[in-house]
Amino acid sequence: MAALKKGKNASATSNPWRSLALILIAMVALTGGMFASGHTTPRLGIDLAGGTSITLAAVPEAGQESAINKTNMNTAVSIMERRVNGLGVSEAEVQTQGTRNIIVNIPKGTNSKQAREQVGTTAKLYFRPVIATELAGGGTAPSPSATGDESEQDSGKDKATDKATDKATDGSSPSASTGPSASATTQGRAVTDALKADETPSASPSGKAEDSPSATGGASGDADLQAQYAALDCTKESVRAKAGDGSKATDSIVACGQNSQGQWQKYVLGPAAVDGTDVDEADAVLNTQTGAGWIVTMKFTGKGAEKFADITGQLAQKQSPQNQFAIVLDNEVVSDPYVSQALTGGNAEISGNFNQQSSQELANMLSYGALPLTFREDSVTTVTAALGGEQLKAGLIAGAIGLALVVLYLLVYYRGLSFIAILSLLVSAALTYVIMSLLGPTIGFALNLPAVCGAIVAIGITADSFIVFFERVRDEIREGRTLRPAVERAWPRARRTILVSDFVSFLAAAVLFVVTVGKVQGFAFTLGLTTVLDVVVVFLFTKPLLTLMARRKFFASGHKWSGLDPKALGAKPPLRRTRRSPAPAMTKEA
Amino acid sequence: MSKLGTLGARLHHGEVGYDFVKNRKIWYAVSILITILAIAGLAVRGLHMGIEFQGGAVFTTPKNMTVSVATAEGYAEEASGHDAIVQQLGDGSMRIQVAGIDTGTSDKIKDTLAEDLKIDAEQINAELVGPSWGEQIANKAWQGLGIFMVLVVIYLAIAFEWRMAVAAFVALIHDITITVGIYALVGFEVTPGTVIGLLTILGYSLYDTVVVFDSLKEQTRDITKQNRWTYSEIANRSINSTLVRSINTTVVALLPVAGLLFIGGGVLGAGMLNDISLSLFVGLAAGAYSSIFIATPLVADLKELEPGMKSLKKRVMAKRAQGADEDEDPQTATVAVGGPGDEGEDVTPAVVGPRSRSASRGRGRPSGKRR
Repeated sequence: MAALKKGKNASATSNPWRSLALILIAMVALTGGMFASGHTTPRLGIDLAGGTSITLAAVPEAGQESAINKTNMNTAVSIMERRVNGLGVSEAEVQTQGTRNIIVNIPKGTNSKQAREQVGTTAKLYFRPVIATELAGGGTAPSPSATGDESEQDSGKDKATDKATDKATDGSSPSASTGPSASATTQGRAVTDALKADETPSASPSGKAEDSPSATGGASGDADLQAQYAALDCTKESVRAKAGDGSKATDSIVACGQNSQGQWQKYVLGPAAVDGTDVDEADAVLNTQTGAGWIVTMKFTGKGAEKFADITGQLAQKQSPQNQFAIVLDNEVVSDPYVSQALTGGNAEISGNFNQQSSQELANMLSYGALPLTFREDSVTTVTAALGGEQLKAGLIAGAIGLALVVLYLLVYYRGLSFIAILSLLVSAALTYVIMSLLGPTIGFALNLPAVCGAIVAIGITADSFIVFFERVRDEIREGRTLRPAVERAWPRARRTILVSDFVSFLAAAVLFVVTVGKVQGFAFTLGLTTVLDVVVVFLFTKPLLTLMARRKFFASGHKWSGLDPKALGAKPPLRRTRRSPAPAMTKEA
Repeated sequence: MSKLGTLGARLHHGEVGYDFVKNRKIWYAVSILITILAIAGLAVRGLHMGIEFQGGAVFTTPKNMTVSVATAEGYAEEASGHDAIVQQLGDGSMRIQVAGIDTGTSDKIKDTLAEDLKIDAEQINAELVGPSWGEQIANKAWQGLGIFMVLVVIYLAIAFEWRMAVAAFVALIHDITITVGIYALVGFEVTPGTVIGLLTILGYSLYDTVVVFDSLKEQTRDITKQNRWTYSEIANRSINSTLVRSINTTVVALLPVAGLLFIGGGVLGAGMLNDISLSLFVGLAAGAYSSIFIATPLVADLKELEPGMKSLKKRVMAKRAQGADEDEDPQTATVAVGGPGDEGEDVTPAVVGPRSRSASRGRGRPSGKRR
């Protein structure tokens, strides 16, 4: 310990300029980075910027406590993100917090009510047979039934990568109309190790082979459905969001989905044949053996396997597009693979034009239906932009007042010495600001009101380090030392005190950050950050600066306004030193 | 130089001082009394838990409402079917609290309210809290508190010694009890902000204690090699020598918090800033008090139980009984404890006269680096 301290101390004494240069370079680099990144202000939290913040708590099904785990929570987050952003809410962020909470932040200016409904309700995932589908929007889209040529479709799918072809044939070729959904380019083919076509009678009611959507046969309700289908314009977001609203699993519905070209496509779908909860698990797998690329594998529960075998058995008999089933999440078709044979055995895979991301996405959605979790709204905070701005202003004013009071106190008490403290405080403040700005885009740090409080409270902690140091220096001067040796002798001891006490403070912040949720976390983060910065500033700025200043006459001679006047400090006469010269510093530091 | 600076010098030289350790029983009694009061207050009055802990909604209207509080209350009760509390805030906006409604129905209430108050629903700030949210925050806070205490006790036991860890622990409990007690007695509303403030006290209260302990550790390093001062006396000396710092730290810590309290309470009326700063203010004051009056004397008490310290005390007493320093007022002596390194010289001072006497005492002080 002694040796270490001695070494450090020696280097600090020998070259205070180096430390100052170091922190200056760091500051310049960070500030440069801040401007380069274009984020010159910290990202503001909902309570300062305005918007809605929703905290959801996961509630496991009875006896399934273990369902609250990282994987499941992440799945839930990705689904919610999709749902919220699917509303056209840009920049909504969804993140887990703690072990069982999900925070959804929706910035101002978006329809928070709708977003709340979206995240608040449980997502519903169904497998529904496709009855009809066509490109949404204009009348240019062909009637799907007219193009039900399997081979052509097949070729389209197999050459799924050949988008040019698909596009070129758009309007006349079926491959365009059977294109899959969502960003997942699910020119899907549900394959399996399973085998025989199980010809169970169709339970799917309206799933007759209609020639065109307008010519639906089947149940009486279908006329209504047809009308809806005809009117459905999936290219309009508001329409999309409403499609299939309020429908039950046993209803036939109309729905929208996006194909691999990003075009919207509309569907008439039969009643749900398989529930999302019937999916046991789903994974994205890179199939290296057959060269099929990324695929999604599904495993069904016992009951689910039966249902799935039934539906695929029926679908395999049909013509396109009715040999497809749609995977529908929240009434939006996320994938519409076709079936070439009945899939029994409880395992299935969906192959097609996937990449890693899209297959993962689909797998996530599939597993989500199986999550034995529901989410409960624990708190919803809506802050208008006006109030947010006001709170920000209040926080800044409070900070300014606090800082001013501290500066005033330091000035009165430490006089000339206080300039070093004030400069250090400013360096600390600047570093905090820049780092906060940079943390916004990098780790999603958002400055909220408690974080502002934390920063203000940290003024005290930072200033205290200077007080500890200065008091030590003054004690040494009272011993009759001149300033330069006093600084060098005071530093190692002040350093230890600062480290020990800052460690305790940091420990508190770290524990709070890890254990708690929500607002407390923002507070703890700021406190921890400022504590670390305090140590950095004291070591690299305050101490070297004081070492340099100690060489100045103003301080060294103990000018009356320097705050280091030996007379005012009540130093004893230097007589003692002549009698007995102090042993070299550190020798007895054990 | 300011008065405090001079005081610092006099404390440093041991010219003035307060015998914290000797008078510890008084302060223990004071603390026990306050603690009992706090617990009694907690038991009898209970804490006034904010809406966040019961579940319900808080709506804040925009500024410059023309409607009276009573009217707004009527509207709110009508809209929600529950009791409502309406406060007029400093800036003219209104804070409407409705307990017991769930998050699902709150939107409707907000809309109705907006219509009644003739303002745009989008202009109303709403905070809707499910019944278990506050509880969850509180549980997490307790959990954090527990983990932190365990860690900090371990850390202090390693960095210092277990006696100091125990004393710091007691001081921490003391601070928290007092803060919570004051909340119960005064009837301040407990919100998540309060909890944040309370948790911050953890770090701060210990921060202060640790600085005193650090000085104590330094000064008692070679304690058994001398027979002039007992542990308690040196402990007292440590408190006095860090007193200026403790005062400064507390002032500097309280100033920004006071700024927060002023802005939070005076300008914004109510809310997070106010809640955090209020509990911080109370807790910081309690923390400063406890590290000086409770934690260090407690360490001294525990330490005096040690056989080594007992025999040291005996030696010191024996030496004093010899009457070597008859001219020294015992009160000053305890305060003006020299560092352990002083031994060789402490026979001389009485001869030199008051000024240099104090000087000789100060000389050995910081850590006995010289011998």
